[in-house]
This record gives sequence, structure tokens and C-alpha cells, in this order.
Amino acid sequence: MMDGSNVREKIADLTVQELFGGVLLLGIVLLILDLVRLVAVGELPIGRLWAYIWNGLVDSLYIGLAAIGLSMTYSILRFANFSHGDLLTTGAFSGWTVAYLIGGIGVADLSSRLLLRADGGAQPGMMEMEVLSAPLAIVAGLVVAAVVTILVALAIDRLVYRQLRDAGGIPLLIASVGVALALRYLIALFYTTETRGVVASAPQWETPGVVPVDTVNLHEATLVIAALSLIVGVHLLLQYTKLGKSMRAMSDNKDLALITGIPTERVIFATWVIGSGLAGVAGYLIILDRGQITINLGWFLLLLIFAAVILGGIGSIYGALAGSLVIGLTINLSLVWIPSDLNETAAFMLMILVLIFRPDGLFTGVKTA
Amino acid sequence: MSDPGTNPEDDRTGAVPDTDETTIRPQWRTDLVLIAKIVGATYLGFAVLGLLTGVGINETVGFLRRVTFFAAVYALVALALNLHWGYTGLFNIGVAGFMAVGVYTMAIMTASPEGSPAGLGLPIPIGIIGGMIAAALVGFIAALPALRVRADYFAIVTLGLSEIIRLALLSGSLRSFEIGGTEYGTGGGRGIRYTPVDSVIPWLLDRPGISAIGELLFTIGRAVGVQPSVIQGGLYTGVLIGFVILFYAFLTRIAYSPFGRILKAIREDELATRSLGKNTDRVKITVFMVGCALMGLAGILWMGSRSLVSPDSFMPIVTFYIFVALIVGGAGSNTGSVVGGFAFAAFLWEGPRFIRAIVRANLRVRSPQTIYDAFVALGSGDPLPLFGYFIGTLDEIRFIFVGVVLVLLMIWKPDGLLGHRKEIAAATDLSRRPTAADGGTPPGHSGSGTPPGRPGDDNHPEQSKGGETDA
Repeated sequence: MMDGSNVREKIADLTVQELFGGVLLLGIVLLILDLVRLVAVGELPIGRLWAYIWNGLVDSLYIGLAAIGLSMTYSILRFANFSHGDLLTTGAFSGWTVAYLIGGIGVADLSSRLLLRADGGAQPGMMEMEVLSAPLAIVAGLVVAAVVTILVALAIDRLVYRQLRDAGGIPLLIASVGVALALRYLIALFYTTETRGVVASAPQWETPGVVPVDTVNLHEATLVIAALSLIVGVHLLLQYTKLGKSMRAMSDNKDLALITGIPTERVIFATWVIGSGLAGVAGYLIILDRGQITINLGWFLLLLIFAAVILGGIGSIYGALAGSLVIGLTINLSLVWIPSDLNETAAFMLMILVLIFRPDGLFTGVKTA
Repeated sequence: MSDPGTNPEDDRTGAVPDTDETTIRPQWRTDLVLIAKIVGATYLGFAVLGLLTGVGINETVGFLRRVTFFAAVYALVALALNLHWGYTGLFNIGVAGFMAVGVYTMAIMTASPEGSPAGLGLPIPIGIIGGMIAAALVGFIAALPALRVRADYFAIVTLGLSEIIRLALLSGSLRSFEIGGTEYGTGGGRGIRYTPVDSVIPWLLDRPGISAIGELLFTIGRAVGVQPSVIQGGLYTGVLIGFVILFYAFLTRIAYSPFGRILKAIREDELATRSLGKNTDRVKITVFMVGCALMGLAGILWMGSRSLVSPDSFMPIVTFYIFVALIVGGAGSNTGSVVGGFAFAAFLWEGPRFIRAIVRANLRVRSPQTIYDAFVALGSGDPLPLFGYFIGTLDEIRFIFVGVVLVLLMIWKPDGLLGHRKEIAAATDLSRRPTAADGGTPPGHSGSGTPPGRPGDDNHPEQSKGGETDA
């Protein structure tokens, strides 16, 4: 008797958020059980499941790199930056241009290399544009992608966002949409709107028998290693430097940070440097993995990046990474149940539900860091 | 208040918040004259420019017709969005999705039952009403989160929803499904064929009584060398203008009703509105549904001259065009929405194409394949290829232009080109500190103990203020 009324009281005490969390957890448990069933019955070969999970991890790493920057600008500058996706595009085009300039010396025309095959010349296969044959060019491209994107982001901040520092979230959001349009089509003006392949097919590495896969795609491996080391670097920076401490302070409570004498503009500068640098690298690495470059690269990824940031709770770097993992796995593992042209809707649906029922993110209670 | 460059008219309407005039119906006649002046001046400007630069009368007229069509379409959607954002403060960036729902519902309802994918073959008016209802229902679903989340979160929710709608329409799994032996569906990426809405024009012209007018128009047209199809297109644009007037009247009616005052109050301070006993949740849901239905209708009218709709017409970027139009005119004012829609269509959307027509009529420029070739030619002293390249990539340049305009507006003129026209909820503008001229306490007299905002100066009794208002 006592037990029954206790349970009823407990249910009445549940907030909508807790209820939603419970339902979501239940749904995930059910899906995992169904996954086990599918594998056990043999409807889903274990190799395919492994491929989904691996692709999910790769996707979550580049989404994560981009999400760190978006989360930082969202929490420190207090606006949803819709031009963040086009920073990825900037990094991709600038980085690969340099990779082509270095890697294609003596093989292809300057004009084709400078404009990344806008005229259809400079075949990536002919130039052996892959990580084993042209490691120097590809690493140089990676560095330049970060540097150019940082410079572009700082210039945009100086020209646009600094004028609107105190304008509030919505005017800044609208201005960032304008920045996104202008930046993307400025790139298109030079590089044209054509989608084209710029990377040669990835070299495969025959693995020794212990691992569950036969071969490793070296471009994916490069992406994973580069992304993981950058993430560790950001972690160390935020945890063990004074700058990191100021940034965390500012995203936690801006007014308090101001009172304690934290130099706002310097923190904002650092935010742009780190956030846009990571975005540029992410854009560059996505092209390395996918092989195709297009001016809509970042714009089409933007909503997924937003989803990752929101899932993790805006302002939390680790939350953004965890959110990226959830999104990456969602868009790939959902392929078990739904057709591939609907997998992004699953991620967006998840994002909307989280925004409505747990606006502080899935991992509330974990403090920002 | 007296920004350089603003029109004297709006200075007059905008700069009198010290009296009760802001609560009176706006001088819609002044506004109508303002719209007419802007439209007339633009048409005249383009016509003169076109004739002087040798574009030719046919092309100039065609250009003006396109401008009018797009101006009407953008004005319709901007008016609907103004109801959401301008009046209620609901930051909806999923406009494209709601338009898609309206158009697709209409298309499925009116498409021929023998087509592939098949439709229901219903008459057009029923299809239009169905499309509006469907858009309103999706709006209802979208409005529920609006009650819980912050403005920027709501923006992302609506953008996500519009993408879900577009991806679902694009998806192969909804392309066709069988009900009772007939293939229905969205058609996936290929889209769906249906009866175009503008087929009502030939139908109308066949009616007895109206047919005489049609014949007359066609005869006049033949005399000046204009094709009957052009006249029919013009008549359809006329129908759109009629709808703009209807939308304008309807939304102005809403804005000045008690319901409209609640909307503005929600925008300004939702908590205070709730404290006054207003059910803000219900009002927000209602207004969101109404706005979405209007967006659905606007979408249907926009697609009215085509017989095929595909998901590519509803990319998220469409939403931002509408936003630019609304911001150009100034959010929160119906006149601003119409002017913004027109300015966007004339200068940002179709204007660059007119420049291309002018250049092509006067210069034989060839667009080089890449900008590299253009610069090489420039290096050897020939600037024409670079010029030709810019003319060839005018569509891209147009987007850069739109982006830059949006940024500049946010920095310099966040209230829009017409200046501050936002209608406030309260009877008097409470954000303005009273000055001596208003009959309030002048600044510095704070020691007198009069609460700010109450007239305390003997030289300016209440009566004289009331007299001013009546004038």
C-alpha cells in the first residue's frame, strides 16, 4: 500500500524533462535490443554493423571538430553563428588549393591547380593526390586550411560581429546568415559552383589478422589521427592554461568574468582562433575522406553541427564532442532501420526533441568545461 | 529619429510617439502613396534606363513583369512572416518548409488521378484550401516548441523542421506508395505534376461576360505586338497583386485588433502580458497557424504558373530571401513588408539580370572559362574578359550582394530602410523618456518627486496634449 502511493507520488514529481529522458533512454535500449536481435538472426551481417559504427565514429570526429568552434562562439559571443559552416568550406578550398599548388608542381597547369580544377584539368589521379604519395602537400594544405580560416574569421569578426557586440542574439544571427551567403558565393566566384573530385582514391593498408577489418583506409585514418590529436590539444589548452580558464569563465558567466578583470576582447580573439582553426581543419579533412569538393559543403553540414552542439548542451566543449558522437552514430546506425536518404532527418528529429524537452542538452548536470 | 535619408512621410509617422497618435490607425493612405511612389519611381527608372541603353522595349517590359511577379510573391510571404516575427516576435526560419507543405498538399489534391504519381483530381479552390489547412496543421506542430524554447532555439527548431520536410519530400521511400491500386506519392526528386493555378485565367476568360474583356485585351495586345500568353501572365500577376492587397488588409486588421495588441505585447514582454491575464500560449499557437496558412497560400500562388513542383524549390535559402525582404522594409510594419518585398525583387533579385541585359545589348563580351584566364587577360592589358567573367557569374555575385546588404542593414539600419515603423503595444511609448515639451518632467528635475512618465509641468496641462492628438 505504502509502496504504491510512493510510486504514484514519484511519477507526479517527475518533470517533463525527466520523463523525456526516460522515454529517450527506453527508446535507445529498445533499438539496441533490436540491433542484437538483427545480428543474432543474421539479418544484419556483423561486418556491416562494424562499418556503420566505424563510419559513425569518423563522421562524429569531423562534426566534433566543427562543433567545438560553434559551441565556443555560441557560449562566449552569445549567438548562433550560421556562417560557421562556411568556415569549413573556406578551410577546404584554401587548404586543397595549397595542396594542389605544392603537390602538382611540374605535373599540371598553374591555372588548374590554383582554382582547384575549375577548368577540369589536373586530374587528382594523375597528380597522385593521396596521403602516401604527396604527404608533404597534404600536411601543408592542412596547416594552410587552419591559418586561412582563422584569418578569414578574424577579418569577419573585425568587420561585422564587432560592430554588433551588444546587439543581442537575433541581430547577430541574421548578420551571420548574411556573412554565410557572402562568404560562400565569394568562394564560388573564384572556384565556380561545380562539384568535383580533388582527391585520388585512398591507399589501403593491409591490417594484421588481430583486428576485425581486412584493410584500413589511410585517408580515414589520417582524419581520425589528426582530429583526435587536435581534440586532445584543445582539452589541454582549456584545462591547463590561463587562457583556457578565462574562456571557461566567460562561457559560464560573462558578467562575473568581466568583473574579475578578464580581458573580453582577447578571449573573443582566442575563441575565433581556436574555433575557426578547427573548423578549417575539419573542412579540409572531410574532403580528404570524401574526395569531392563543393561550395555547399559546410552549409549542408551546418544543421548537423548545430544538432551536435545542442545535444551536448551549448557552451560545453566536451558536451559538443559527446553530441557529435551521438549524431555521428545516429546518422549511420539509423541506416539499419530507415533508408539512407532519410538518415539526416533522424538526427534533426533528435535535435528538435532535445531542444524542446532538454534545452540544456542531454548531459545536464555535467558542468561546462 | 530624423535619420538623414529617410522619407519625410515616415518621419512624420515615426517621430510622433509623444502623443497617442501611434494607437490610431496608421495613415494607410500615406502608406499607399509611399508604396505607389516607390514602385512608380522604380519602374520609371528601369524603363528609362532600359530604353536609353538600348535593351529594347520587349525585354524591358518582360523584366518589369518579372519584377512585379516576384515583388508580389515576396511581399505575400514577407507579410505572413511579419505576422510571426514582426508582430509576435516568433523567429521562424522554416518558411520554406511551410510553403512546401502548402504547395505539395495542393499538388497532390489537384493532380490528375491518371498521372504518375497520381493525385485526387480535385478542383483548384479545394486544393488551395487544403494546402492552407495542411500548412496550418504543420504550423500547429511547430508552434508547440515555441511555447517552451528561447528565440534562437526556436529558430533552429523551425529550420530543422523545414529540412525534415524537404528531405522527406525528396526521399525515395515516399516517392510512391499504393493505395487501392493507384500509385500516390510525392514523386521524390522528380517532383509531382499538377494543374497549375494560373489555369484559372483562361478559364475566367472563357466565362460569358468576362470573355469580352479578354477579347478586348487580346486585340489591344495584338495591335501593340504583345502575345496573348504574355497578357495571361500579366493577368495572373494582377491576381497576385490582388492577394497582396487582401493580405495587407487582413494583417492590418489583425494588427489593430485587441488580438493584435496581445501579439505586440508578447513581442515586447511576454511575462507582463501573461501577468495581465492573457493566454499567451493560445495566442502564439493561433497566430503561428494563421501565418503558416498564409505562407502555404503564398507558396501555392508563387508556384501557380508552373505545373511541376519539386523539393529543390524549397531549399532553406528561400527562407532567407524572405528575411532579407522583410528586413529591408523593416520588420513589424506591413507597409515595410510590401516595400521590402518589392525592393528585394527589383534591386536584389532581378536588378542584376537587368544589368546583364544592358551589357549584352551594348557590348560583345565573352565570358572566359575561369577567373584565372580573365586575370591573365587583364595582365596583358585587356580588362574586358574580367568584366565578361563578372557578367557571366552574376548569379553568384547576386548572392554576395544579398549577403552584404543583409550585414550592412543589421549594422546600420536594423529597423529597415523606411526607418523606425514598428508599432508598439502600449498606448504611449514607454521606452521614451518624457521631456519638457511633452509635458513631462524635464531631465534634471528628478528631485521634484514626480514619477517619470507622468506630466508634472504646469505650463503644459493635459488638455493641450489632448488637443494635439485630435489635430
